[in-house]
Amino acid sequence: MSSSGEAPLRSEHDIVLARQLVRKLTQELGFSLVDQTKMVTAASELARNTLIYGRGGDMHWEVISGSERRGLKLKFADEGPGIPNLDLAMTDGWTSGNGLGMGLTGAKRLSNEFELDTKVGGGTRVTIVRWK
Amino acid sequence: MERIPILRMGEFLLVTIQVDMHDQLALKLQDDLTAAIQKHASKGVLIDISTLEMVDSFIGRMVADISGMSKILGAETILVGMQPAVAITLVELGLSLPGVATALNVERGMALLRQKIDSDGVDEL
Amino acid sequence: MADATMSNVLKKSGKEIQAGWAKDLAAALPAGKGRISAIELEQQTGEFLKLITAAAEHAKASDITASDFKPVREFLEGVSRSRAAQGFTSDETATFVFSFKKPFFAALKAEMGKDADALAEQTWKATELLDSLGLHTVKTFQKSREEIINRQQREMLELSTPVVKLWEGILALPMIGTLDSARTQVVMESLLQKVVDTGAQIAILDITGVPTVDTLVAQHLLKTVTALRLMGAECIISGVRPQIAQTIVHLGVDLQGVTTKANLADALALALKRTGSSLAK
Repeated sequence: MSSSGEAPLRSEHDIVLARQLVRKLTQELGFSLVDQTKMVTAASELARNTLIYGRGGDMHWEVISGSERRGLKLKFADEGPGIPNLDLAMTDGWTSGNGLGMGLTGAKRLSNEFELDTKVGGGTRVTIVRWK
Repeated sequence: MERIPILRMGEFLLVTIQVDMHDQLALKLQDDLTAAIQKHASKGVLIDISTLEMVDSFIGRMVADISGMSKILGAETILVGMQPAVAITLVELGLSLPGVATALNVERGMALLRQKIDSDGVDEL
Repeated sequence: MADATMSNVLKKSGKEIQAGWAKDLAAALPAGKGRISAIELEQQTGEFLKLITAAAEHAKASDITASDFKPVREFLEGVSRSRAAQGFTSDETATFVFSFKKPFFAALKAEMGKDADALAEQTWKATELLDSLGLHTVKTFQKSREEIINRQQREMLELSTPVVKLWEGILALPMIGTLDSARTQVVMESLLQKVVDTGAQIAILDITGVPTVDTLVAQHLLKTVTALRLMGAECIISGVRPQIAQTIVHLGVDLQGVTTKANLADALALALKRTGSSLAK
């Protein structure tokens, strides 16, 4: 099993493929069923955000090692408009009309680690990690 | 074009979601379903997600929307067969689908629909 | 070349080194415990010697993370894990590698005794190598112990939250002890699975044995309740003591329409009524 890779997120179909890829990766890493589901769901939320709000982008994945454990890191990157008001975006239920409301906070809750880097006019990069 | 089949079971409609949902498919389903409810004057809709291994906010919203639309058209909606891992994840995600009735499986769902409709009927008297 | 010396010595004096090493190990292990047989020790020391001789031959440096040392690392990991499972302490396990030094250094000295500088250099390289390997052994040992402990903790959690079938379609879960997020996870997973397996309609969560209910505990309870509802099962919370009722109201916790009962008997009566009435139809 290779330790990193990339998947495009340019269409709805790509979101489906990305989900399936994350399912496969978490299975191979031996995550429990619930943990697999959490990560796949988080990926689905973020992939959709990347496509719809970020106007398309990519998902980078990487198997990472901690001191005594392994994990899966997913990074969703786009060159879209960026998120203007982070506090608002991270509030539950906020929506820009494209369903952005649930995605970020939801993905954060479903992951062990969550990082968001965005710049208005400079794209968005969201990184999540789940440890086995 | 790919579409989700809608089965007629007496006065109820059964929708089994097995494939990975996407935008167009969801919209098509809503169109087909509302049309079917009207055509058959259906009193209830069962959405079977027992084979879905993942439900995200997109699907959650779709189900909530279908539930709302059906109600306006005079039909109750029951979501059946959610898998344990999916339920746990949805709760963690913060999606509790408050306006959507649920049942363990299709059989229970039908019994519940029957109960709801019968009690509706009693009220009308 | 520095490392060629090491591997040459290993090849030339392998038998003596192994003999000395095995003897020291046998003496170091607690007498009378007899957890590792002489044969097993013979096999393990022989295997390690073989692998490290091969690695030293090809390796450019004494960097144990290099791929040349992979077989050695993996072998030591295996030894560590089995020691951990057998109940050895971490230093008894590390001794396996560290006691290799004495016979090895003796062989080095015999080979290069005349050249003090070269001997010093070789001894240093060997020390670095064996120390890294020893530490690696300890790391693996600790990880194995942690995994064993985690597994045991999980088993204990599962044992302390047994799901009971009270009646057809009615499950009960007596919760005992504090309700934290790890516990809640285990509870939810086993309870929800039981709901699917038994086709239950109602789950009674009995919190008589839960000492305090604060906001966090209430949140965990509500998560369980919500998950049950999403699957089409109803929930009743029983064992609500007066203090808990006060806490719930003071905290402003919204029980979202979940029925609560003071004791399990009342909850069961209600559950029977609810399931009974749908059957009567």
